[in-house]
Amino acid sequence: MARGYVIKRKEQTSKTALAGVKVLEYAQLAAGPYCTKLLADLGAEVIKIEPPRVGDEARRREPFLNDIPHPERSGFFFYLNTNKLSITLNINTTTGRKIFKELVKECDILVEDNPPRAMKDLSLDYASLQIINPRLIMTSITPFGQYGPYRDYKAYHLNTYHGSGVAKILASILPEETPMPTKGPGFLGEYDGGLNASTATMAALYTRLFTGRGQHIDISKQESLIATERVEIDMFGNNERGSTVWLQYMAGGLQRCKDGYVMITLGGKHHWDGLIKLLGNPDWAQDEKYEEEINTYLHAQEINKHIAEWMINQTKEEVYHRAQALNCPAGMVTTVEDLVASEQLKARGFFADVEHPELGKFKCPTASYRFSKTPMRLDHPAPLLGEHNEEILIKRLGYTPEELAQMRGAGII
Amino acid sequence: MSRLPLEGIRIADFSWAWAGPYATLLLAFMGAEVIKIETSKRPDHTRLRALSTGPGATDPDLSPIFNDLNLNKMAITLDLAHPKALVLVKKMISISDVVIENFRPGVMGRLGLAYDVLRQIRPDIVMLSSSSLGAEGAESKYAGYAPIFAAHGGLAYLTGYPEARPVPLMGSSDLRSAATSAFAILTALYHRAQTGEGQHIDLSSVETISVLIGDAILDYIMNSRVPIRKGNRDEIMAPHNCYPCKGKDKWVSIAIATEDEWQSFCAALGNPPWAREEKFCDAYRRWQNQEELDRLIGEWTSNYTHYEVMEMLQQVGVAAIPSFDGTELFQNPHLKERGFATEVTHPKIGRRVVLAPPWKFSDTPARVSQRGPLLGEHNEYIYGDLLGIPEAEITQMEEEGVFY
Repeated sequence: MARGYVIKRKEQTSKTALAGVKVLEYAQLAAGPYCTKLLADLGAEVIKIEPPRVGDEARRREPFLNDIPHPERSGFFFYLNTNKLSITLNINTTTGRKIFKELVKECDILVEDNPPRAMKDLSLDYASLQIINPRLIMTSITPFGQYGPYRDYKAYHLNTYHGSGVAKILASILPEETPMPTKGPGFLGEYDGGLNASTATMAALYTRLFTGRGQHIDISKQESLIATERVEIDMFGNNERGSTVWLQYMAGGLQRCKDGYVMITLGGKHHWDGLIKLLGNPDWAQDEKYEEEINTYLHAQEINKHIAEWMINQTKEEVYHRAQALNCPAGMVTTVEDLVASEQLKARGFFADVEHPELGKFKCPTASYRFSKTPMRLDHPAPLLGEHNEEILIKRLGYTPEELAQMRGAGII
Repeated sequence: MSRLPLEGIRIADFSWAWAGPYATLLLAFMGAEVIKIETSKRPDHTRLRALSTGPGATDPDLSPIFNDLNLNKMAITLDLAHPKALVLVKKMISISDVVIENFRPGVMGRLGLAYDVLRQIRPDIVMLSSSSLGAEGAESKYAGYAPIFAAHGGLAYLTGYPEARPVPLMGSSDLRSAATSAFAILTALYHRAQTGEGQHIDLSSVETISVLIGDAILDYIMNSRVPIRKGNRDEIMAPHNCYPCKGKDKWVSIAIATEDEWQSFCAALGNPPWAREEKFCDAYRRWQNQEELDRLIGEWTSNYTHYEVMEMLQQVGVAAIPSFDGTELFQNPHLKERGFATEVTHPKIGRRVVLAPPWKFSDTPARVSQRGPLLGEHNEYIYGDLLGIPEAEITQMEEEGVFY
């Protein structure tokens, strides 16, 4: 373990929105850590509690630098834990729980993702922690929430994704040759749970300014995912067929090019006109029957056949820029390579230069928002496992170096 | 009644379609007062445009999608191009905390409503502008809708099966962008409450999607690899897939992470001989031979309903959850007990089931309190009661078409 490694901290040059907010994270993989990453990148101090020796499961997830698995070389872990402090703590020990509670006493927000029963068994549920810190905002992110018949069910990302119905909804636009419902890529639904949790957490923090009280927030990953298809799922609650069923009747859509795919979505007549110009005003498009196509969706199949014939000889980048210049909404189906090469993302400063003792210097995605007064920061890399044990336990909580050594020996930190 | 998290916050909402309105819907669930500014010339997309409602919509008050994305809000009509409109808007901004818009970058400026103007009127205003690709850069004026965000943000390429075409997802990309906007606004409101300082937030919908695949992007940056879609498969776990069950198009998802789970799984299946074969003896071999493994598991699952498989496997601590369809969600006992849906009554649409807010607050619960507004429904209240414009003036402006 690379203990005692000192990362040179850049001075924070601008103020942050969440300066002074103290967050404790006891969560793994993506949902909980993404929630607190969003807060950390906007200025909150996040102390991440990891199990001793092994650390967050995300440390064992790819991508690894040069494909060599190493707990300090996971890009996945890095991305989800920027700007955080890491301590190790075994909360299955009495001393571990005592320290946990000391940290809870000092924090504004606790984000955790443990099975509801596990937290209660350890007397670390909201009812117990609230006594120590009545201002505590505790955000619990679990597959099915804190109550209900499924609350103790086990579910990984695959399962929550399918259990939320969004995979089946997505299946309505899957190609015919692959009809089996599929999950969203990577940890998509976990990110959704994390984002949803961060929104609720911020609302609780805001309202605490006026009430002075903390509260418990119950986030179900299943419901977070359901929310991402709110419009579509509402339809089923009212015995209507899905709304995006219209996508398949629409001219444009996903189109294959010489070197990939583009996506065209037409919202109005001016977009349709732009599309026809893009295609070079072909003869077929002059037919009167297409005049109202944008409102009627009667001829998408034949139109899309015409588009496909033209499109296959074009490159995606050309189509993208030319279509947009003609007021036809289009996007490329980008690969991650396209994203890294994107001039637009560069101009927006989407990638920041970061430096990490094990990963070296590289570029890392930042955030989708630009705050004019309190920009997000990417000035501290993800922490090494237990990197801040001394700083937190000795300097903040007042343990002695000897005590720390003993706790280390006892497997507590 | 208990306090709502955003009680006392007023939002002047110029946004339309999905990505803006869902952001203010989330904030309205939390108790913010949202005033939606539309014009009869070009009402919100989701009221009439075929893109959202399907072909043939003629009544702006009959759109279920508009209703579902605009619960708890008020709506006024105002012709922003009318010379007299600007005064009214500015009056409204002066008593608002937040402004949100999702026009193409530059449009608010042309309307005389750029952030620099608004902050003269209300120095601590929080303004969020949401666009396809953000307000800066050569492509900033490019237009987009949800499927384009998914495509251009990198998500579509990674969704679906490697042997088939990419899948552009659906409306969810708008809602993901919107959820990000809601978070950003709350953060800015917190900063404002602490310091008295407002600010402008420039958000790119495409980027709200790209941040959700940060790990895939880093795979390219770190290892020059371009990951592609892989269906239900995982990098490490196997079994990790959907399996056919009794009934038409019914599936159950099963994921196994540990050796303990694998042993419990085999026991639940009655320890079939194939499970003891060497090719499935450890996680590595199972992952290598997952195609065959999936076929064998599928033979077992197809004897049961997806609910039966879930119950059998959950009992022994194995992660198995059906791939529910939309209808099943509304019959699901767990979701019902959690009150995941509720009902509103709309004068034209009638009774309508809508999803409840996706969070449970113990002290300041969010809620659905009101159906979506009719076009211009709150003109009288906003212009008369809230802005205090004398009745005679309102009548005159009405005749001049200011409120059209």
